[in-house]
Amino acid sequence: MAAKAAAKKGTAPKGNAEDYLRMYRQMVRIRAFEDNANQLYLSAKMPGLTHMYSGQEAVAVGICEALTDDDKITSTHRGHGHCVAKGADFKAMFCELLGKEEGYCRGKGGSMHIADQSHGNLGANAIVGGSMGIATGAALSAQLRGTDEVTVCFFGDGATAQGLWYEVMNMAALWKLPVIYACENNGYSEYTKTEEIAAGSLTARAEAFGIEAHKVDGQDVLAVNELTQKLVARARKGEGPFFIELDTYRYHGHHVGDINREYYRAKDEESEWKSTRDPILNFGKWLTEQGVVSEDDLVAINDEIRADAEAAVAYAEAARYPDASEVDMHVYVDSPELDAALSKQSA
Amino acid sequence: MREITLSKAVNEAIAEEMRRDPTVFLIGEDVAEAGTPFKVLAGLVEEFGTKRVIDTPISEPGFTGMAVGAALTGSRPIVDLMFGDFIFLIMDQLCNQAAKACYMSGGKLNVPLVLRTNLGATRRSAAQHSQSLHALVAHIPGLKVAMPSSAYEAKGLMKTAIRDNNPVVIFEDKLMYQDKAPVPEEEYLIPFGKANIKREGTDITLIGTSSMVQVAEKAAALLEKDGISAEVIDPRTIVPLDEETILASVRKTSRAIVIDEGHQSYGVTGEIASRISEKAFYHLDAPVLRMGAMDVPVPFSPALEDLTVPTPEAVAERARQSVRGELFDAA
Repeated sequence: MAAKAAAKKGTAPKGNAEDYLRMYRQMVRIRAFEDNANQLYLSAKMPGLTHMYSGQEAVAVGICEALTDDDKITSTHRGHGHCVAKGADFKAMFCELLGKEEGYCRGKGGSMHIADQSHGNLGANAIVGGSMGIATGAALSAQLRGTDEVTVCFFGDGATAQGLWYEVMNMAALWKLPVIYACENNGYSEYTKTEEIAAGSLTARAEAFGIEAHKVDGQDVLAVNELTQKLVARARKGEGPFFIELDTYRYHGHHVGDINREYYRAKDEESEWKSTRDPILNFGKWLTEQGVVSEDDLVAINDEIRADAEAAVAYAEAARYPDASEVDMHVYVDSPELDAALSKQSA
Repeated sequence: MREITLSKAVNEAIAEEMRRDPTVFLIGEDVAEAGTPFKVLAGLVEEFGTKRVIDTPISEPGFTGMAVGAALTGSRPIVDLMFGDFIFLIMDQLCNQAAKACYMSGGKLNVPLVLRTNLGATRRSAAQHSQSLHALVAHIPGLKVAMPSSAYEAKGLMKTAIRDNNPVVIFEDKLMYQDKAPVPEEEYLIPFGKANIKREGTDITLIGTSSMVQVAEKAAALLEKDGISAEVIDPRTIVPLDEETILASVRKTSRAIVIDEGHQSYGVTGEIASRISEKAFYHLDAPVLRMGAMDVPVPFSPALEDLTVPTPEAVAERARQSVRGELFDAA
């Protein structure tokens, strides 16, 4: 049932209030998730560290709303937003963040590997650029298996410095693979301005392989969604691959512990983006201007989602850790068909 | 029984599995019309077409990463890595991605991928085309590692690898591609983690991997002339390792030499020797010996290269010292 509903959402007609509201809700869900994750870190309840997606919500939501459950994504160390946008549930996500048994990865992945695999998320990757081969290979597999699945490879501007991207773009272009490379350019490669690590233009790099490249305002969820819907439809017909550079902004530091960051980024710049280019505020304003919802409706949506997130945090805090016996589980998976063939042979 | 080359055995294994399972495909450099520089895959593209026998650009990390993605999404890729030395190029994709996807996802994802590559010196190919790097991947949990010692093993282990739901790395000895061995016409699989006792003996156990099984067998023949009875064991896979068969043999013979073509330091010989020392210590009458490749980059000159790998004569000599009790200097 869920899969059917999701399969429809990618092709919904433009101007559908239901779609707008779902996109709004999904962006608010990401922000609420991140605000709670940040609190968990600051109050030392979360092991390790995490990388906040806040500010970039329109990218994940605009893209994932153009995909079906059968379509695949690969995610990054800054992956909570992709995970939520591709259909994940708060409880299993917070459980994963806290290393609990009911987490999506049974607590073995944590923030940097969080993924709801059942919705086509092939995993968040903590090697910058590490999933570019995986995404391209998923697209190759879709083509070989004769499906019309599309894969979106999310990565940041920092990852464009990895050589792997150029190898797989070459093959994707040669073989017309149904993959969309989505570069979230949030202006910073860890603690360094993107302009200091990237020569020339990013779109030109894709174009050098004959890949159609687009640049879009990554703070405008409708612009992102509209472009992605078109490219996904074309990728399904064998017209891929595509490249999208999404201009966006990271509200927090590189990770939650990166708090005093004035040495590489001015506070004025941060407040400028937050006050004028916030994807949720601006989309909410547009929704009320269009008469899709009232301001009170938006407040109610926000309150409901915040309450959901807080309940999920409480649930995760009370949830069990995995049993010690799980430590050496899942290193390998069983091969039942092989085992059956071997026992038939020895019989 | 018919005899076929190791090259033909690998080719047959892949062809049989590709006929059986439409999700199996081959990807790598010059695997199609060229059939690899060693011609191991000759003829496969004619039968299966270029969609399933895919020639790639020279981009090892790229096509290995793509194979991981394909394996995560319903395909069963066989990656052809032309030389084992190129494994350094693909370490992230193999060790950070393929090996860990299952564990990091709590068992929800898995990577049924075969990486076939090679090892072996004395082909006069110098330091970047002659290494035996299987210990590097055997060190990483999540990968399985098979080391066929003849055409028979090459076929059976390859078929098993393709059907395994985990990433498997198979190292073929590139000097053995033309070596023939009896291989049945009918289909067979070789289970992982089950060692093969190639020769029974009572005085010393020689554990060899890949072509070092042949070295151990030749050494055993030399020792027989001296009245020393050597047992030869081929683990067939080093991950998983059939510890029980090895330990049972050493408990019987009370002496062991482990022979492997990887560098001796921090290698497979050290790993197996230490397991024997830990678990069969009170059965030992002599220190367990390691015989790996010398800890030098592989030299080009034949006069030097031949010195770097274990030989039957050298193994036999160490075995005599062990049996005669001449190893007190080492103990």
